[in-house]
Amino acid sequence: MRTALTSIVSGVLFGAGLALGGMTDPARVRGFLDIFGDWDPTLAFVMGGAVIVMAIAWRIVPRLPEPVFAGEFHLPTKSDLTPRLIGGAALFGIGWGIAGLCPGPGIAALVIEPAAAAIFVVAMLTGMAVVRLFEGAAS
Amino acid sequence: MSLPGFPEAAPLAGLAGGVLIGLAAAVMLLGLGRIAGVSGLAAKAVGLGGSGIARSGAWMFVVGLPLGALIVMLASGGIEASFASPVTLAIAGLAVGIGTRLGSGCTSGHGVCGVSRLSGRSIVATLTFMATGIVTVAIMNALGLEVL
Repeated sequence: MRTALTSIVSGVLFGAGLALGGMTDPARVRGFLDIFGDWDPTLAFVMGGAVIVMAIAWRIVPRLPEPVFAGEFHLPTKSDLTPRLIGGAALFGIGWGIAGLCPGPGIAALVIEPAAAAIFVVAMLTGMAVVRLFEGAAS
Repeated sequence: MSLPGFPEAAPLAGLAGGVLIGLAAAVMLLGLGRIAGVSGLAAKAVGLGGSGIARSGAWMFVVGLPLGALIVMLASGGIEASFASPVTLAIAGLAVGIGTRLGSGCTSGHGVCGVSRLSGRSIVATLTFMATGIVTVAIMNALGLEVL
């Protein structure tokens, strides 16, 4: 119950932030990536605001014996730079640039332009399923 | 307020949105001890691996995203947005889905949570997807491909 409540509070704040910051508008996102053309720096402010708040949150983590509503921290521990990481990030960036949507804004946009957002989200989940399928076959 | 030289930019709304996103990620981090990475949470919600959070929690987060956007939409009287054609959205979605699983994250997990933690992997991932995003838009513009 505490997990569910905390998660939905986080999700609602996140979705509101995306919409307020303009990230649910693909034109604004592509405008930010268009540094050689008519550059729109708005998303630099979104990123900056989010990173500053989270930098403070990371400084609080070592002072907490455990998370407020859970038994322990589950944080990423990997530090190796692999071709998989870089190749995956590169492919993600291409998709991001093509339509101006990343996962969060794509899902949040389901209330803004349901049909268009649904196509993006279904395709995204299909892509995730493809990776899962190949991983299953490899292991 | 507008930014000198960039009449279309919305720096204050951007900053306010960013602070909300940061707060959202902080709630997940300090509340549940987990990374608010949208691609990992979305994958978990539909049973495709991803985050280690309970599946119900992943669903709650994912459902919260459009709810949050809806609140802004109702409060502000509408959100401006134009989307690409169905075929373009499908191609982009596939690339985003495959890329974020292979790359273990997206703009939120790497770009916000990882960069603010000074994670080397996240900084490299973020620089990589920003670079390919910039190059993709530049190439499409050079070819005269208008998608929106």
